[in-house]
Amino acid sequence: MSQPAIALAGTKAPAKGKRPATRSFWRNVGRRLLHDPVSMACLTILLLIVLAAIFAPYVAPHDPYRTSMARRLIPPGDARYWLGTDELGRDLLSRLIYGGRLSLFMGFAPVLLATMIGGLLGVIAGYVGGAINMLIMRVIDVFYAFPSVLLAVAISGVLGAGIGNTIFSLTLVFIPPVARVAESVATQMRNQDFVEAARATGAANWRIVLAHVVPNVTGPILSYASSLISVSIVLAAGLSFLGLGITPPEPEWGLMLNTLRQSIYVAPLNAVLPGVMIFITSMCFNLMSDGLRSAMDVKQ
Amino acid sequence: MLVYVLRRILYTVPIAMGVSLVCFALIHLAPGDPLSAIIPEGASPETVAQVRAAYGFDQPLPVQYLKWLQHVVMGDFGNSIMTQRPVMHEVLPALANTLVLAAAAVLFGFALGCLFGVVSGYLAGKPTDKAVTAVSITGVSIPHYWLGMVLMVIFAVELNLLPATGMGEGGSGTFGLGWDSLQYLILPALTLSVIPAGIIARSVRGTIAEVRKQDFMQTLHAKGLPGRRIFVHVVKNALPAVLAVMGLQLAQLLGGSILVETVFSWPGTGFLLNNAIFTRDLPVLQGTILVLAMFFVLINLTVDVVQTAVDPRIKRA
Repeated sequence: MSQPAIALAGTKAPAKGKRPATRSFWRNVGRRLLHDPVSMACLTILLLIVLAAIFAPYVAPHDPYRTSMARRLIPPGDARYWLGTDELGRDLLSRLIYGGRLSLFMGFAPVLLATMIGGLLGVIAGYVGGAINMLIMRVIDVFYAFPSVLLAVAISGVLGAGIGNTIFSLTLVFIPPVARVAESVATQMRNQDFVEAARATGAANWRIVLAHVVPNVTGPILSYASSLISVSIVLAAGLSFLGLGITPPEPEWGLMLNTLRQSIYVAPLNAVLPGVMIFITSMCFNLMSDGLRSAMDVKQ
Repeated sequence: MLVYVLRRILYTVPIAMGVSLVCFALIHLAPGDPLSAIIPEGASPETVAQVRAAYGFDQPLPVQYLKWLQHVVMGDFGNSIMTQRPVMHEVLPALANTLVLAAAAVLFGFALGCLFGVVSGYLAGKPTDKAVTAVSITGVSIPHYWLGMVLMVIFAVELNLLPATGMGEGGSGTFGLGWDSLQYLILPALTLSVIPAGIIARSVRGTIAEVRKQDFMQTLHAKGLPGRRIFVHVVKNALPAVLAVMGLQLAQLLGGSILVETVFSWPGTGFLLNNAIFTRDLPVLQGTILVLAMFFVLINLTVDVVQTAVDPRIKRA
């Protein structure tokens, strides 16, 4: 928000009804990200994984579901099965490629849902204040009073395995922290002079929220939500690893790690491979989230 | 200060009530009848009604909640559906094992995190700082259950240096301080310490770099204070923020150990919880979650109070 309050002589005054400051801020962030080699490297790796997952039927060398008792646990480096096979003789490379579909989806969906729901709750609580704030934030506090992994495991454990239940439990875990971020920014906004001024000119509440609160809350929420993606991927795979997420025989990295765990003494390399995929994606999302945060840091 | 502590404790009461309500609701969130595990197939409706009445499931929900709460406050969490033993007899030994594991992980994690954070905060922007930051991001990103498997492959399967799973010979439940017991602790504790180490390193680095940028640091340098005396000032100023992060990490370890305990078959609360989920032993599930969540609330309360006591700048009343 570096827009000068008084337009200097010779500069163009900003057009009425538009918010050029906001737009150029995001354009700057994008430009800084493009010049950050680490973020771009991570983006490339992630794009490769995502594209491979989307076009899995064309990319994968074998059928990820076809089992064979004769080809069980072939070690990586085989001429036909590059990354070896799993405990049921299924091609590991193909399963890792297909696995990206569910693993990435399970990482993204809860963060997306939690960002929307938590952001909405936070903005309402922060902007309206008073009793509504009390009600929303105290309920949020209760859910915040559980260790996040424990809450996810408890809800998934009670509801049972399945994609929908996993997404539901992870969303519930991520709503409280997002709502807290949104609430604290929205509360600050409520008492800003420009919001006061907008109110004085007779702007309706929905208009103030849309024009002033939401644009200011977006940055902190996005920055926070981006750091949640890697947590969500690790946690979703972790639930599958416990047997509480995806159900067999679907290829998913956490579930693959779970079933291959039995073979850890026989074929240790095969057994740890799915974890490498979880690690790489989570690492890339974390580094990109860091890049985004420093790109949004106006002080630099 | 005293007023703040009292208010903070009072504020914990509704949170604890809310937590208990969520734990109670969990059972009723479960699809199917919570008693389906003990009522045999094709039991007569009279038997079913009798069992329901015996467990109090025939009463309205608010009544059930209040009755349950009354028992819980007295330390009675009901009986396990599987073993018929009181839930507390299952949860408390498991909690002790989890605390042993968490304490060891805290020791590893906090020491590593502080060391990395201080080095990197002092050398902010230098190559060493970049390297340390990369290591700590790795710590934050790594799926720790997978790291546990990798450590197991290296140290137990390939090198045969440490035991892979369990907590002692023949899965004995007693834990001593000798090598016999400690060797079982090393791998799970190391695995569990990676996330707190990474998070603490990052926050210590940030806080120290921030403190060192402030004006009073120049004053200290200008009046010729030696480096180690300045370091004391840096630590004093960074401590409250770092303490808060540490407390939160300690608390998160309690829940975070579920996956690690499963990988290493460590007989703690996570292991118990996992078993309770798969045998659908809802009273044990409910009791474990409630005890862990209450512990979490208590640690957070302690952290807040300690933080206020350490930092005179925070005046909360």
